Amino acid sequence: MNKDLNLLLAGFGGQGVLFAGKVIAYSGLLEGKEISWLPSYGPEMRGGTANCSVCISDKPIGSPLVVTPNVFIAMNLPSFDRFINDVQPGGTVLVDSYLISKKVERDDVKAFYIPASRLAEENGLKGGANIILLGKLFRECQFCSEEILDQALQKCIPPSKMHLLDNNRKAIRIGMEYEG
Amino acid sequence: MAVVFDKPHALTDVPFHYCPGCTHGIVHRLVAEVMDELGVEGKAVGVAPVGCAVMNYDYFSCDMVEAPHGRAPAVATGLKRACPDNVIFTYQGDGDLAAIGTAETVHAATRGENITVIFINNAIYGMTGGQMAPTSLPGQVTQTTPYGRDVNMAGYPIRICEMLSTLDGVALAQRVTVDCVKNVVIAKKAIKKAFENQIAKKGFSIVEVLSTCPTNWGMTPVEALDWLRENMIPYYPLGVYKDSEKGARLKHE
Amino acid sequence: MKGNEALAEAAIQAGCRHFFGYPITPQTELAAYMSKRMPKIGGTYLQAESEIAAINMVLGAASAGMRAMTSSSSPGISLKTEGISYIAGSDLPALIINVQRGGPGLGGIQPSQADYWQATKATGHGDFQLLVFAPSTVQEMVDLVADAFDLADQYRMPAMILADGMLGQMMEPVEIRSSSDRKPIEKPWATNGHQGKRKHNVVNSLYLKAPDLEALVRERFQRYEEIKKTQQRAEEYLVEDADYVVVAYGASARVSRSAVNAAREKGIKAGLIRPITLWPFPQDAIKRATQHVKGFLTVEMSMGQMVDDVRLAVNGVKPVEFYGRTGGVIPTPAEVLGAIENLMGGAK
Repeated sequence: MNKDLNLLLAGFGGQGVLFAGKVIAYSGLLEGKEISWLPSYGPEMRGGTANCSVCISDKPIGSPLVVTPNVFIAMNLPSFDRFINDVQPGGTVLVDSYLISKKVERDDVKAFYIPASRLAEENGLKGGANIILLGKLFRECQFCSEEILDQALQKCIPPSKMHLLDNNRKAIRIGMEYEG
Repeated sequence: MAVVFDKPHALTDVPFHYCPGCTHGIVHRLVAEVMDELGVEGKAVGVAPVGCAVMNYDYFSCDMVEAPHGRAPAVATGLKRACPDNVIFTYQGDGDLAAIGTAETVHAATRGENITVIFINNAIYGMTGGQMAPTSLPGQVTQTTPYGRDVNMAGYPIRICEMLSTLDGVALAQRVTVDCVKNVVIAKKAIKKAFENQIAKKGFSIVEVLSTCPTNWGMTPVEALDWLRENMIPYYPLGVYKDSEKGARLKHE
Repeated sequence: MKGNEALAEAAIQAGCRHFFGYPITPQTELAAYMSKRMPKIGGTYLQAESEIAAINMVLGAASAGMRAMTSSSSPGISLKTEGISYIAGSDLPALIINVQRGGPGLGGIQPSQADYWQATKATGHGDFQLLVFAPSTVQEMVDLVADAFDLADQYRMPAMILADGMLGQMMEPVEIRSSSDRKPIEKPWATNGHQGKRKHNVVNSLYLKAPDLEALVRERFQRYEEIKKTQQRAEEYLVEDADYVVVAYGASARVSRSAVNAAREKGIKAGLIRPITLWPFPQDAIKRATQHVKGFLTVEMSMGQMVDDVRLAVNGVKPVEFYGRTGGVIPTPAEVLGAIENLMGGAK
């Protein structure tokens, strides 16, 4: 990746939006880049919308709030509708097409449709749609090396949940290998 | 020459500013005598209230902190947590402890904060000139209840010892008075126990002292003592409301 | 590390062992972090019954000579102002962290900078000031906590870190250095028990004789004058050749930096002065810039509070415009760029 990553991930609370963002931010950190990770926060502990901004750059990060993302990952319809027109021309959009039936109407962005939630269920990876999308993002944007991505994953999974590491690796693999 | 009477070491030479007949002076002396007897002046830190006793930081010879109105138990909590081996006491009036500082009082008590609280209840705001206190009696005439405290308007007085005695964190809750020699002796014993409890890490101890305010009650000192006996003691019965010999603290220290 | 957690760890590294707080969004992670760490290092984490109790516990622990702190967010800081005034009036060092959210009243829980006036001009009753630090990165949050404790001790006054929900919630790489090599300042005034070895100490803010109180306040203001001379801090970014300078702190300074970069790409000579100390306000940096710039733009997440101090520093010599969003709305770099272009239109 040779330019800045200004990523917006958005979906429902509980879909792992913040976690996926954290893994990406950590990858940047391990690559020795400047990074920031900023969650949205709301009053509700469950449900509600959740989104997070991740910046990776060679230069110090100005505003950590991503208003015009060059990469947008949409994990529910309200988020898709809210942010799709903010994506920079030439940007990349990843859509969980199992949850969002709409197509991107703009022709100045690259859109990828991945039925991530369905793939997660079929592969016994409940709640793994976020990581499948992460795998797809990695394939399309190459924001770090594969080795670094794996290290970031290990950093971000809390010790008490380390038994889920292999499932996460599997999810990344599914995302990377998905053609579409 | 034989010394037959002396000032306790834990009191300074600064003359009290209290009005004639006010019982603050007696209680100050009792607290100072207890500090002397327990030998704790050097590690004692007192917390002064806002009210008539606000300047008691000039009277006690131990280290003193003057707290915002009602916040003495919170300030004492900070002092005690910072230096657990020190002996921390607050000295508060009824407006300070039972009105503006009720939350601080109740929560320091329920935490079992290992401090000693001396509570002067004279049923009136003394320093500001005689307004209704949370402990003013039903029907009591004050500057702000000129027709007598109407419980339908102003509510009922608050009985602090009874209330705090329900809390697990309280090691001692005792109400005393200093209207006669016998009661002064009882009061001193209670204050001493409240300090000893702290040294033994037993938790929160409060001694409520029914006191007089001849100036704002509009009475002579002798009349004030009679009024205290006839009106206050029946409403605020003297006695021990809680004394958990084993200590109120759970695994805390 | 999240900003809030970084603040907490930095305080521990700075030798703070006494934290008293009360839950409020968006600073909760700070208290949660303290509750995890303090018991393991022999410190105190105490969840008080109220913000009022918490600040008074800080007063107590600070009286005993310990490094003590509390943290909260805007509505909670309002409750603490009584205690902060007493702490200042008793010449006690202490650290207060405000992770600002939108107001007034219960307001909202999104990031805001609407407590500038409160922090720098009206934190409670009476003639007094706080040292006020405004970090704009997580790393700076860490660095300023240590400095705030040191300067509070040195000048015997309370210090505040004025952050906001964005900085508190965001994660950035951070390096936490132990400041154990700093020499602790002696506190002979502490009320920690005289042990029969000295005269009794009194921590007090009551002075019934007016001339006594005046003398004390004047002495305190002499200290403030020294601080104003020696402790002003600001970052100057591309100011040297700038025609237009944005003045912004904290989160809005980050947005403004992006806007300044975008302006430079368009060939506009823009720069940024970022106050790091809000009190003392870095007037000198602004005064210097008045000599060569054509105009100033103050950007805040409020209806315009710091802009008053910018105008005082500029003293009418050059135009000072304001752009702000409030209620928890964060301005975008594009909006700020637009405001710079407006300024250019007005300030020929």
